Amino acid sequence: MKLLTQIGIIFGICWISTCIEQVLPFTLPASIIGMLLLLALLLARIIKTEHIREKSDYLLGNLPFFFIPASVSIINYVDVLRENLLALVAVCAVSLIATFAATVGAVRLTCRLLERGKRR
Amino acid sequence: MSALWESPFFGVTLTILAYWAGCKIQKRTGLVICNGLVLAVVMIIAVLAVFDIPYAAYNAGGSLINLFLGPATVCLAVTIYAQIDLLKKNLLPILAGCAAGAVTSVLSIWGLCRLFGLDRTLTVSLLPKSVTTPIATAIAEGQGGIVSITVAAVIFTGILGNLCAPALARLFRVKDPVAAGLAIGACSHAMGTARALELGETEGAMSGLAIGLCGIATTILALFFGVLV
Repeated sequence: MKLLTQIGIIFGICWISTCIEQVLPFTLPASIIGMLLLLALLLARIIKTEHIREKSDYLLGNLPFFFIPASVSIINYVDVLRENLLALVAVCAVSLIATFAATVGAVRLTCRLLERGKRR
Repeated sequence: MSALWESPFFGVTLTILAYWAGCKIQKRTGLVICNGLVLAVVMIIAVLAVFDIPYAAYNAGGSLINLFLGPATVCLAVTIYAQIDLLKKNLLPILAGCAAGAVTSVLSIWGLCRLFGLDRTLTVSLLPKSVTTPIATAIAEGQGGIVSITVAAVIFTGILGNLCAPALARLFRVKDPVAAGLAIGACSHAMGTARALELGETEGAMSGLAIGLCGIATTILALFFGVLV
């Protein structure tokens, strides 16, 4: 019964999120609405981590498993992949370095500004 | 023969078997490239090709597993919540880092896609590729992208980030563990975080936090994807 309640809570949040998704005027994926909803419920202490621990451990612990079917569908797009392989690899590699550099830069700048603010 | 794969149980059983075998091989070899998910996908595709099984027959079971993606994404909230004290302690640098990381990631991908002349479908499939797979696929699907290309790009970036993280930290002379952890998490999500954990506890925690926050930042940016492409 404990696990059933946990499944009920999480699936209930998913169900409400899909309803919210339909009503929203812009595209916000239901799963992300659900994530923000659950975070809000946790922060408001309406739901405690204990209430959903086993179910969320199960889902997060096996996260890669749930992506397998979606990934297997790549066999339907082999042509697209082959035609653009070089571009896809380049996009991933270059943006990786740019993102790393930008994050480091922003953290450094903020820390420096904060320290200067403290000294005053 | 086709009776063997007529029920959805075929797809579910095959997926579980392949993932189990993939994880075993990953543990045995310890190589980042021998990722459990990648190996499982390769094995399933091989089985479908060798026995000439239609994709639709596999997907009858596959779509059942797909159903759990939403609930799994919702549970990411639990991991963000677990790091809430750490977030409060370094609030401004963390928010600035994740926001800058997410914006740079999306803009650089967008620019590169235009440079290579990729079409809209591919561009929206790639735009969210720096964040964790559940969030990236949700965004790509919402924008009309190809989910499997997004997954491939996310995993490729993750492996790249896992392998290159220490070299990148040296290249940009990052000594601060907060900056290093956030940068690794921002550019290569959970697979990078695995490496960040090896670098140190603060790096690992920061990297984990960056996964969730960059995911949220990218989701907000995704609302403007329609204007971009």
